[in-house]
Order: sequence, then C-alpha cells, then structure tokens
Amino acid sequence: MGTAFWCIVEDDRKGQPKKVMAEVLTEAGRLSGGQAEAVWLTDKAAPDGLERLAEWGASKIWLLESPALAPYRGEAWVPVAAALVSARAPKAILGPVTSRQREFLARLAARLGVGFAADTVGLELDGDTLVATRPVYAGKLLSKVTWAKTPWVASLRPNVFKAGDPQPGRAPVVERPSFTVPDATLTLVERREEVSTGLPELTEADLVVSGGRGLKGPENFVILESLASVVGAAVGASRAAVDAGWRPHRFQIGQTGRTISPKLYLGFGISGAIQHLAGMRTSKVIVAVNKDPEAPIFKIADYGIVGDLFEVVPALTEEFKKLLGK
Amino acid sequence: MKILVPIKQVPDTATQVKVGGDQRAIETAGITWIISPYDEFAVEEALRIKEKRGQGEVVTVSLGPDRVKEALRSSLAMGADRAIHVNDPAFAEADTLLTARALAAVFTQEAPQLAIFGRQAIDDDMGAVPAQVAELLGWPSLYWIMEEAIDAGGKTIRAGRQVEGGLEVFEAPLPCVLAAQKGLNEPRYPTLKGIMGARKKEIKDLKAGDLGLAPAPPQLSVVRLEALPPRSPGRIIGGEVKDAARELVRALREEAKAI
Ligand SMILES: Cc1cc2nc3c(=O)[nH]c(=O)nc-3n(C[C@H](O)[C@H](O)[C@H](O)COP(=O)(O)OP(=O)(O)OC[C@H]3O[C@@H](n4cnc5c(N)ncnc54)[C@H](O)[C@@H]3O)c2cc1C
Repeated sequence: MGTAFWCIVEDDRKGQPKKVMAEVLTEAGRLSGGQAEAVWLTDKAAPDGLERLAEWGASKIWLLESPALAPYRGEAWVPVAAALVSARAPKAILGPVTSRQREFLARLAARLGVGFAADTVGLELDGDTLVATRPVYAGKLLSKVTWAKTPWVASLRPNVFKAGDPQPGRAPVVERPSFTVPDATLTLVERREEVSTGLPELTEADLVVSGGRGLKGPENFVILESLASVVGAAVGASRAAVDAGWRPHRFQIGQTGRTISPKLYLGFGISGAIQHLAGMRTSKVIVAVNKDPEAPIFKIADYGIVGDLFEVVPALTEEFKKLLGK
Repeated sequence: MKILVPIKQVPDTATQVKVGGDQRAIETAGITWIISPYDEFAVEEALRIKEKRGQGEVVTVSLGPDRVKEALRSSLAMGADRAIHVNDPAFAEADTLLTARALAAVFTQEAPQLAIFGRQAIDDDMGAVPAQVAELLGWPSLYWIMEEAIDAGGKTIRAGRQVEGGLEVFEAPLPCVLAAQKGLNEPRYPTLKGIMGARKKEIKDLKAGDLGLAPAPPQLSVVRLEALPPRSPGRIIGGEVKDAARELVRALREEAKAI
C-alpha cells in the first residue's frame, strides 16, 4: 500500500482548478506528511493551472488529459481513475463536495469495494485508520466514521477545512500516465447557463446574504442584492421564499437545498427552522436580523439585531460602503 | 415500462433525535418516521411517467426493519403497484455499499428499465447509494435531476441535472439511474381511495439469502455519534438602527475578522 493522499481536482471546465482545491490539498498534506498528490481528469489543463496546484501543496500531479473526459461522465471517469488506483495504491482519495464529485467518488468507491464518507467536516488519523466527522440528522448530530480498508474515500465540505498559505514559484511535478477512456453511453445535449448575477456562486462564496419570508415579496430582494454586491456576497434564500416563487430553487439553503459554510452568513427575515439551519450551521460567523426577539435563529447567531430588515439592510449597506471605501 | 423506486424511512426532521445507549445509533423510541422527502419526488416522478405512457409498473423497494413496511405502504397509497421489503438483520449495520449491493441484487431479479432514487436520505445525508447501485450494475447515473423526458419508444431518456451555475441536459440509454432533486415535481398526497387500495397491494419480503447475498462486513462504520458542540452565545446589538448597523460592521471587522 502506498502512502499518498490523492486529491481529485475540481476545475472550472476551462483548465483552471477551483480554489477549494487549496483546502483539500492542505488537508491531504497535513494528514500524509506532505504527500498530497493531485489527480486531474480533464480535457485541457492550463499550464498555470498546474502551477497553482503545486503552489497549493500538490507534491505531484497525475494529469489524465483527454477530450473524452469532458464533460464529466461517471462511466468514463471511474474506470480511468480505478486503473490508476490499482497501479499506484494511494492511501486515501479525497475531493471537494461538488455536483460531479458527489457522484464520482461514490461510484469509484463502489468500483474499488471500499468505504465512502460524504460531506465530511473533519478528518483525523487514529493509529492506522482515518476517522471522519460528518453532520447527520439535519446537522443535529455529528457522526464519526471509519474505514475497514484503504483507500479511504471521502468528500470534504467546502469552506470548512483551512487552506494553507500558497508556496509561490513551487514547480509542478507532472506525471502523464497512459490510459484509455471507455466509451460512455451518456451524451451532453445542452448546457443551460444561469443568467449571471455577477455575484459569486452560493456554495463557493465566502460571504452569503440570505432572505426569508420576512422580505414580503420578490421585488424586495433588490435590497439584499445591493448589500451583496457591496461586500461581494452570494444571495441565498429560505424555503419559504423559494416556495413562494420569489427566488429559483437553486438559491435555497437548507436540508432540501444547498449546504453552505461561508465565513460570514447574514440572514434577514428568516426564522431559523431546523431544516434551514441544516444548510448553514457550519458557517463561521452567523448574523441574524429579525423583528421577533424569540426567533430561533438568534440561538445560533453570533451577532443579532432585533429590528425591521427594511430599515436595517439599507443602514448596513451604507456602513459596509464606508468600511470598504465604496 | 417497469420503474423501480428505492425509498428510505427516516425520522421526521422536526423530531428530536438523541444519541442512543451504544453511542453509535440514535434512540428510536418516540420517533415519528417518514419517507425521506427526496424519495417522495422519486415516487411521484415514477407515477407521472407511468400515467403519461398509459402503461407500466412502479415498484418501490426498501431495506430496513419491520417498521419500514409503513413507508412502503405509504408509497403504495400514493399509487405504486407493489413493493419489496428487504428485511434481514444482516443489514442492520449496512453502509452505502452493502445497501447498494442488496439493491443491485433486487434490480437484477426485477430487471426494470429505469430506477429513480431521491438525491440523498435526510438521516445520514450520504447521497451515495444511487451512484453505487449504478456502478455495480454498469448503468449510467444522473444526479440531482430537475426534469426528465423519455422517448416514445421507451429506449432513451433526457434528463437535466443541476450543476454549479446551470443545468446540464444529458441523453442516456435505458436502463439508467436517476437521483431526484427538489424542484422535479410536487409529490401528491395519498387519497382515501389510494390508502384503502394500498391494503390489498403486495409487499414481498426478501432475506439476504433470497438475493444470493453472503454476509459481508461494512466498509464504513460508525465509531460514535455525538451531540453538536455548543456555539458560544451570541450578542444582540441594540440601540438606534444606524448605531446598531455601525457597531455590527465594526464587530464583524475587528472581533470576528469576517470581512
Ligand atoms: C422536509 C422539510 C424540508 C425543509 N427544507 C428546508 C430547507 O431546505 N430550507 C429552508 O429554509 N426551509 C426548509 N423547510 C421549511 C422550514 O421548516 C421553514 O418553514 C422555513 O425555513 C421558513 O422560512 P422563513 O424563515 O423564511 O419563514 P418564516 O418561518 O415565516 O420566518 C419569517 C421570519 O421573518 C421575520 N420577519 C418578518 N418581517 C420582518 C421584517 N420586516 N424585518 C425583520 N424580520 C421580519 C419573522 O419574525 C419571522 O421570524 C423544510 C421543511 C420540511 C418539512
């Protein structure tokens, strides 16, 4: 058995690794004593993308480059990755929780006949094994799980694991093993891009501004958007706001929506139902603005203002403008 | 067209959950059980496909102890034609892979043209079983489905999956595994007639042996369940709105270093 911790690269589909890889590589490096290796399945890797992976801590990059690997299809990726696993026997295979890796890592683990822990928020070595911590039951409990054998396969919740300082100028060590891609039966028919809001993607954002039924109507989300654009935040919503048709479903935060873990979450007119908390409880700093002092969201908030959001949001936007010199 | 819909029975999200005596599972006394909400989207979509095509069979299947019959009965009340209950203590500590192996064995016996799962069960939130069943069977899988359409001949399916920044529509040959995301449909409530009718529908019991499965240890196991560490108490910022806003922004920068 080898000793390397592999990190499956998530990229922007244009040849650049996403910044969440800094978190995964740092964690893999910490657990393996510097043997974090990136595994990149892609149709095209940009040279400076390879440099970035090295700067983020990849001691080696396994580059699997072929037009047949884009778009992502489990049927094509899994056999390619599994063949490399058999040849190289990594100790662990990690990746960030993303739309494709949540399927890919599960399929890969099944192909290898090993355990898979999804959406972990903590990883620790315990003697010869790895123990992962994951939220369960809508985040009401934490479950510690462990593997019967290697490779340990796990996905990491974005924004939870700390990214180390990049090491500028570190040269990438790139290996290009030969491989064959089996034919996939899935074909991509169309990709419908969302109209860009100019704001960051919800699950990737460091800052999230979120609105609930207290916003009273779709038109009022404008005030949250202007606050968000001042601080560079994504805009999310509670299920009540989504079910009322005020925001599309992809913006829903919670048990039946997205799970987010930003540095700062600001919730306006959201009561803090358990199912909402399930999707944002691991945020580092939580701010709640609600006119009801008894609203449950105040129980988990680090800072709260009891008041009318229609007064508080504009005042906050002004203060952030001053702070950020905008 | 035969459609298989695996469902899981989970605690109602509103119920209190407590760590049980052995520290590895929850205390089940006093819990209200429901069908995991994403699995209801899956049952609903299967029923709609059958209704649209004017023929077909919807079979729900679940792994678990006796209480799981109730969830299967609810799916029959919604309109599923029959159900399969894999009820064997051998699966008491099943991980996603053992569950997937059992389901794959059911799939092999039933030979459906399509399987629809929920994207994840809301108890352990693993979201791995649909992909793993597909992998074991060598079928394509499509996760987080927001829409689907099957061709008239019943040979291929088009499904749109939610991804970062948009929707990707794929075409797949059948059989295929789908995992339903919220937004796919609005599940129906069982009618009184449906509930009465469900009593007469078949729920077949299966043991591991009936599926040709030898006992196997899980690859992933729970060491311990823990309550959440308490969050340190927060601060309510009072005063005039303008002052409170200023103080909040200051605190976020200087104390919390969050901006
Ligand atoms: C199976 C299941 C899954 C679910 N999944 C999710 C999920 O993924 N995400 C989710 O969010 N919910 C989910 N829910 C729903 C959840 O239970 C709540 O109903 C929902 O979160 C409530 O949304 P809300 O806080 O916006 O609305 P409400 O609970 O109605 O709260 C509105 C709040 O706004 C405040 N308010 C009103 N006006 C103002 C004002 N002018 N200024 C300041 N404050 C004001 C009120 O005091 C109140 O606290 C789920 C429920 C179930 C059963």
